[in-house]
Amino acid sequence: MSAAHAGGDMKVTLHVWRQARAAAEGAFETYGLAVSPDMSFLEMLDVLNEELVLDGRDPVAFDHDCREGICGTCSLVIDGQPHGPHRETTTCQLHMRSFRDGDSITVEPFRAAAFPVVKDLVVDRSAFDRVLAAGGYVSVNTGSAPDANAVPVARERAERAMDAAACIGCGACVAACKNAAAMLFVGAKVSHLALLPQGAPERGRRVLAMVERMDAEGFGNCTNESECEAACPKGIGVDNIARLNREYLRAALTGGD
Amino acid sequence: MSATLEAKVPSGPLAERWSKHKFDLALVNPSNRRKFKVLVVGTGLAGGSAAASLAEMGYEVLAFCIQDSPRRAHSIAAQGGINAAKNYKNDGDSVFRLFYDTVKGGDYRAREANVHRLAEVSNQIIDQCVAQGVPFAREYGGLLDNRSFGGAQVARTFYARGQTGQQLLLGAYGAMLRQAASGRLTLLPRREMLDVVVVDGMARGIVTRDLVTGAYERWAGHAVLLCTGGYGNVFYLSTNAKTSNVTAAWRAHKRGAFFANPCFTQIHPTCIPVSGHYQSKLTLMSESLRNDGRVWVPRTKGDSRPAAAIPDAERDYYLERKYPSFGNLVPRDVASRSAKDVCDEGHGVGATGQAVYLDFRDAIARDGAETIRARYGNLFEMYERITAEDPYRVPMRIYPAVHYTMGGLWVDYNLESTIPGLFVLGEANFSDHGANRLGASALMQGLADGYFIVPATIASHLAGRRLAPVDTGHAAFAESHEASRARHARLLGVRGSRTVDSFHRELGRICWNQCGMARSAGGLRDAIEKVRALREAYWQDVRIPGEPNSLNPELEHAGRVADFLEFAELMARDALERNESCGGHFREEHQTADGEARRDDARFCHVAAWEWTGEGEPAERHREELAFEAVSLSTRSYR
Repeated sequence: MSAAHAGGDMKVTLHVWRQARAAAEGAFETYGLAVSPDMSFLEMLDVLNEELVLDGRDPVAFDHDCREGICGTCSLVIDGQPHGPHRETTTCQLHMRSFRDGDSITVEPFRAAAFPVVKDLVVDRSAFDRVLAAGGYVSVNTGSAPDANAVPVARERAERAMDAAACIGCGACVAACKNAAAMLFVGAKVSHLALLPQGAPERGRRVLAMVERMDAEGFGNCTNESECEAACPKGIGVDNIARLNREYLRAALTGGD
Repeated sequence: MSATLEAKVPSGPLAERWSKHKFDLALVNPSNRRKFKVLVVGTGLAGGSAAASLAEMGYEVLAFCIQDSPRRAHSIAAQGGINAAKNYKNDGDSVFRLFYDTVKGGDYRAREANVHRLAEVSNQIIDQCVAQGVPFAREYGGLLDNRSFGGAQVARTFYARGQTGQQLLLGAYGAMLRQAASGRLTLLPRREMLDVVVVDGMARGIVTRDLVTGAYERWAGHAVLLCTGGYGNVFYLSTNAKTSNVTAAWRAHKRGAFFANPCFTQIHPTCIPVSGHYQSKLTLMSESLRNDGRVWVPRTKGDSRPAAAIPDAERDYYLERKYPSFGNLVPRDVASRSAKDVCDEGHGVGATGQAVYLDFRDAIARDGAETIRARYGNLFEMYERITAEDPYRVPMRIYPAVHYTMGGLWVDYNLESTIPGLFVLGEANFSDHGANRLGASALMQGLADGYFIVPATIASHLAGRRLAPVDTGHAAFAESHEASRARHARLLGVRGSRTVDSFHRELGRICWNQCGMARSAGGLRDAIEKVRALREAYWQDVRIPGEPNSLNPELEHAGRVADFLEFAELMARDALERNESCGGHFREEHQTADGEARRDDARFCHVAAWEWTGEGEPAERHREELAFEAVSLSTRSYR
């Protein structure tokens, strides 16, 4: 990689996980790269890939889309941390100025049994969709809703529901957890609807079905270490896990409603 | 005017047309709906809401998306809010006022009856979303809060912090999942649509590629809905997500769907400027910042002193100077053009000279830093994260960026394209925003189309026409399938010396410089030549690694860029033929002595709809005349 091409004035060494497909063996490959501190981390990978293509080598596959921290598509474990070193920052919003000239950086996919590798740094997170499909919604047909102001919701309650609803479904919580538990994700989704009157009629049924599905997908159990909260790019708190446990217990004791 | 452009707008008083039309439309009996299969391409607000609603009604629905999950479609990135004519603020809003503001904001290039219908269903959208559990902002009494947005003098915008699009999309996605659980809807993620299959003159299926396995797949149905968003990424740099593309719309165009007003593109004035040639996308900073920030550049060209060292007398607050009554709050198109003008004159700031200051110094002095933090804290943090500059201490640097495209596939009042059975929803169609979209109207339109309009109008096709049984063994499927496969094989076979991105960046520069904020006949003609030459070079020299039969992001991108290279020519031609300035389309030849846009209603009060006439042949321009009955045409003035 020529410095002129990258416009870069710092050099980094990348150790990137390469894996041709789900069933293949994976291994780290090492690349040297000149970068600009103003590049985003994903732009750095773009530059690497253009260089690999021109060299006749296979570019690194990674997931990304909006590149502004909201779609939840980007992932990566960077030097052991999901989404890299900064709190409440997705990989797409991480910039190379967070690293120093001469740094070695290790880049891996999110690792969890429930998130199998598709290729290189791309993993399959469809388990999250299946957990939500088990009941993460309000059953209301189009056209049947009452006036939007018919049911008042206390401002504080609406704000707490929004705190939970801010989850972008990226899966960093699972990647950060030594048990690969999805309880922060499921807790956030359950909390969002449990806190609102619109979610009340299906409150019990929802949490039982979602937890059952979560277990079936192979996610582990929570052992209260809060690594998920530390890794969450949207600052979702472990209070949502506490609420998930309460909701589950309540529903289990009352038979689901 | 071509007979094929029949807009099918119902007659009668404007406010009664939609009700009358719904009554006049054919119906599909509930027990017959399961016999119809509807293919929905794209799962943003338009596609997600349509897929869920149609499945609820009993249709069999297949929903395709390019992302790994339907909930990641780019609607998710909309920040500001969604308009509705609820008049909860008692400040004089009404369906007619929302309709009026939208037609005027669009600079009188939208279809009146469509916009009125949009305003009519706006209130039901809010009801629906609240019932789904969308956590809109609320007041202490527990009722919904509203804020005001550009182009309106009432507060009608509902919002969920700065994540309104995300919350609305999660609502539509939840509704889709519920139908998936019921078995009436099948979700097909990581699929890219490569062709529309037309049988006996009707859209009867699609060809997709499974992006993980690389397999080409055929899908037959009774109707196809394209909900595939806008084409802003033709400019390479935009606020769109990286996978946003024109491919689905363009392939439909080449199968007979007319493309309307492709030159109507929206450039948003407050984005973080480009910092280097490796830049892959641009980030929007909310329009709301212009309520307190003052926009300026140094009076002296090339003044490189730090902002704080430039005294007030040597600053040009050019928006306040040129537009004393609206000042920093002029509409998006006016603010964007003014920024370009001062930078072109050499007054731009920052390393590239392609930026202006948005300065909060006076607001902080007046209201205190804490007040400003409460209003804009998250935006200031985002700015600092990207630029490493603290906007509490130094002014933000901003520059306009491509944000939204008003043009799209032509549709009639039923949202049906010129291919019978092919419906187009949301940003992918052209219908409601004219030449300029107002803030908080995109989410409204996507959900209106999907929740309320297409579920009614699709019956005009399903019940109104004879649909012979068609399966994927039909020769038209084989032809589309083979054409899609062969195109990829040809791209992979070039084995040239340049990356896909290098071509995309070059195309973006041509479009931005010559078909962006200011356009001229000479520049557009030159752009068309350059695009043709670049397209030629692309098919000779692009280099795409790997194979078609596996996950291959470079190949996906290559197919999209190939389509952008064709589409860009049409966009420039449309801009060339539209010899007027209106909304986001500014032709340098058509301006007043003060540099304001000059519309030509006598010659251009129409929709330009382009018909594909074959490879290498010039597209044919058709017109749909626009009649304004409820709103009188006037000149926008913000001075």
